[in-house]
Amino acid sequence: MDTLLNDFSPGLFIMQTIILIILIVLLGKFAWKPILGSLATREDGIKDAIEAAEKAKLELQNLQADNAKLLNEARVERDAMLKEAREMKDKMILDAKDEAQVQANNMIEAAKHAIESEKKTAMVEIKNHVAELSLEIAEKVVRGELSNKDKQLQLVDTLLGESTLN
Amino acid sequence: MVAKKSIKFIAILVLLMTTVSTFANEGGEDNQHHEKGNKVDTPEEIKEYIAHHLKDSHDFHLFSNNETGTHVSFPLPVIVWSSDGLRMFMSSEFHHDDNGHVIVEKDGVKLTKIHSKIYELEAGAEAVAFDEHHHAENAHKVLDLSITKSVFGMLIAGILMFLGFGALAKGYKKGPIPTGVGRVLEPLVLYVRDEIARPNIGEKKYMKFMPFLLTVFFFIWILNLLGLTPLGFNVTGQIAVTACLAIFTMIIYLTNGSKDFWMHTLWMPGVPYILRPILAVIELIGFVIIKPFSLLVRLFANMTAGHFVVMSLIALVILMKEAFGPVASTGVSLILALFITVIEILVAFLQAFIFTMLSSLFIGMAVEEHDHH
Repeated sequence: MDTLLNDFSPGLFIMQTIILIILIVLLGKFAWKPILGSLATREDGIKDAIEAAEKAKLELQNLQADNAKLLNEARVERDAMLKEAREMKDKMILDAKDEAQVQANNMIEAAKHAIESEKKTAMVEIKNHVAELSLEIAEKVVRGELSNKDKQLQLVDTLLGESTLN
Repeated sequence: MVAKKSIKFIAILVLLMTTVSTFANEGGEDNQHHEKGNKVDTPEEIKEYIAHHLKDSHDFHLFSNNETGTHVSFPLPVIVWSSDGLRMFMSSEFHHDDNGHVIVEKDGVKLTKIHSKIYELEAGAEAVAFDEHHHAENAHKVLDLSITKSVFGMLIAGILMFLGFGALAKGYKKGPIPTGVGRVLEPLVLYVRDEIARPNIGEKKYMKFMPFLLTVFFFIWILNLLGLTPLGFNVTGQIAVTACLAIFTMIIYLTNGSKDFWMHTLWMPGVPYILRPILAVIELIGFVIIKPFSLLVRLFANMTAGHFVVMSLIALVILMKEAFGPVASTGVSLILALFITVIEILVAFLQAFIFTMLSSLFIGMAVEEHDHH
C-alpha cells in the first residue's frame, strides 16, 4: 500500500484527466456522434426494409389466397355447369326417346287403323263384286237356258271357266 | 492519405530523436547507473529491472548495452511545477541517471530524478542527502506534468483512435457500409453499444454515455495492447491512470443519478427508520469509495501482474541457464512467455471489457427509474 501510494503520480493523474477529457470531447464530436448516427440511420433503414418486405409478403399471401379462392369458386361453378349440362343432355335424350316412342306408337296405331279400314273396304268391294258376278252369271245362265239347251249348257261351262279365271 | 502521412512523420521523428539521443549519450557514460560490463543477471538485479519497467519513466528507453554503457532511447520533455513556477527541459539532461546524482539547474531551481520521480532540492543544497531508508532528506517532490512514457503512450493511443475512428466516421459519408479499417472497427463499436451499454444502462438513456464508454473502452484496450509490444508501455498499470478512469466513472454516475437512485441510496424506502441512516452510510461508501476503488485496482493489478509475469518468464532464460544450459532455459522461457503473452492478449481485451461493462453497470444503477410501489 505504501509503495502504491508512493507510485501514485499526481502529475500523471492530471495529464491523464486532461487527455481523457480532450479525447472524449473531440472523439465524441468527430467520431462517435457521426458513427453512432450513421449506424442508427442504417439500422432504421434495414428495419424499414424488412418491415416493407414482410408487408409485401403478407400482401402477396393474401393475393394468393384470393386467387386460390377464386379458382376454387370457378372450379365449383364449372363442375356445377357440367353437371347441369349432363343432366340436361340426359333429360333431352330421354324426352326425345319418349316422344319418338309415342309418335311411333301413334303411327303404328294409325297404320293399323288404315289397314283395317282398307281391309274393310276391300272386303265390301269384293263382296259387291262377287254379288255382281253372281247376278251376271245368273242372268246369262237364265238367258242361255232360255235359248238353247246345249248352248245354255255350253254357256254355263264357259262362264264357269271364266269365273274361275276371275 | 492523411493517416499515412502522419504515420510516416511520426516514424521519421522517432528515428531522428533516437539517433540524436544515442550520440548525446556517449559523453555521459560516467553517470550510468549500472557499472560497465555488468549485465542484468542476478535475481536482485532482475527484480529491480522489472520494478523499474513497471514504473513510469521520463525517457523512452528502447534498449541498453551495459558492456559499452550505451543506452538507446529518446528523451521526452520534462515539465514540472516547481516552487518557482513552471520549468521545462528535455529528460536527456538527466543523462539516464535515476538516483539523484545528476542535478539539473533551471533558473535557480535545482532538480534531480530519483526512482523515476522528479525532486526539487531545498534552497542551498548542492547534492541530495539520503537517510537510511534511501529517502531524500533535503529534497521534495514537485508536481510533475512531464510528457512521460505513459503520457506519450496515451497520446499515441489518442492519435490511433483519431485516425481509426475518424476514418470510420468519414467512411459513412461515402455509403452505409464502411471500407478498409472501418470494417474492423465498426463491429467493435457495435459490440460496445449492443453488448455493454444497451443492456446495462437501458434503451432510453444509453446514448448519452456512449462517448465516454466508447472512448474508455478503446483507450484501455489500445493501451493494454501497446503494453504487450516490446516498446514496453505500462500505462494501464499506472495507478494514477486507472484512478483517473475510475474517478471519471464515479463522477458520471453520481452526477447523472436519478431521483430514485438518491432516494434509495440516502433514505431507503421500506426499511425501519432507525436503519435508514446506517444504510445510507453503507450505500454512500459503496458508491463513492468501494465501486471506483474496485474498478481502479482491478485494472491496475491485472495489467501490472501481466507485465510482471511476462518479464519474469523472460528472465528465466538467465536464471535457469546455470542449471539447464542455454538451449533448454531459452526454450522453456520462450514457451512459457509465449503462452502467457497469448493469455495477456485476451486479458487486454477482457480488462477493457470489464472496466467498460462495470462502468455502464454502475451508470445503469444510477440512472434507473424504479416503478413506484
